[in-house]
Amino acid sequence: MKDLNMEQLTDQYFDVLKELGNIGAGNATTALAQMIDCKVDMHVPQVKLLEFKELGDMVGGEDKLMVSIFLQVEGDIDGSIMFMLSKTAAAHLVNKLMCGMLGIDEEKADEYEFGEMECSAIKEVGNIITGAYLNALSGLTNMKIFPSIPQLGIDMAGALLSVPAIEFGVFGDKILLIQTQFSDDVVLDGFFILIPDMESYERILGSLGVM
Amino acid sequence: MGEVIKVGMADWKTCSGEDAVTTLGLGSCVGIAIRDPATGVGGLAHIMLPDSTEIRNNGNRPKFADTGIEDLVKDIVRRGGNRGRLVAKIAGGAQMFSFGSKSTMIRVGERNVQASKQKLSELKIPLLAEDTGKTYGRTVIFYPKNGDFVIRAVGMPEKVI
Repeated sequence: MKDLNMEQLTDQYFDVLKELGNIGAGNATTALAQMIDCKVDMHVPQVKLLEFKELGDMVGGEDKLMVSIFLQVEGDIDGSIMFMLSKTAAAHLVNKLMCGMLGIDEEKADEYEFGEMECSAIKEVGNIITGAYLNALSGLTNMKIFPSIPQLGIDMAGALLSVPAIEFGVFGDKILLIQTQFSDDVVLDGFFILIPDMESYERILGSLGVM
Repeated sequence: MGEVIKVGMADWKTCSGEDAVTTLGLGSCVGIAIRDPATGVGGLAHIMLPDSTEIRNNGNRPKFADTGIEDLVKDIVRRGGNRGRLVAKIAGGAQMFSFGSKSTMIRVGERNVQASKQKLSELKIPLLAEDTGKTYGRTVIFYPKNGDFVIRAVGMPEKVI
């Protein structure tokens, strides 16, 4: 399987990823609901294999302000994982999490500069959500996965996405994006990008019996 | 007012006259703007990786600094630019996060900048200005007619190099 590349992904593999996304998002939703203490609904995640140039449009434009949490994973799988949501959605989550103490005006979230407290809250949310996904992956594949400390990036979508895109770019011309919608009183779009290295891909597929 | 043509990730576009080329949200990628000042023909390449020879799967030429710049220059010449008169400006190559997960990711922004400069010097195209490195994303617009390279970043004033 030396020449495995992203274009050759089978439908079956897609289904596996979708299921993984589903379980992960389910875990994440429960965790999120407990954290902000309200009911959170979740939609069926969409898994898409995109060309680099389509990426920006998919998340709402390359120059849209986004918040992303990026962390490395090691153990049986090496790679990294990125979770991304719009700055407006992040502001909403922070408000919920802090019981509105910081009183961020969500309409003006793009101009609002997140302070230490807000960044810490977002990192925590990111940690919980990525943790839920990794747990799903780890549970399904029976592999050990250890995440690193999360890093936070707030910038234009294109700039943030360039990081996982470059990692994917080393072995293919497409990128795998998992889109999940959460909703409480508003709908929040979350984007997930899992970037295992080539050997890890084979290991994931192998342990799931796809290959 | 001319048209502003969008250049995606791992892509390049050329234009002339009143038209401009733009790329939104450059992160660790590098935007290379090249033009012939006399004819006003120019273009912008958005490269992701430094070197096509380092990677086996390298069919996508616009993705790499070496092959991307080569093709961009060819197209500028095809559209009437004079090979000997070309000049360049570059932007991007930021380090968005303070780590990368693999050896290829370590300082990839910096390596993209270096590779772009090296290719330009190989092709004997003078580099007039640059806005590279740092830790933030950039949106760039290039006007080949007058050579203005406009750079926007979040929370910072617009600048022209």
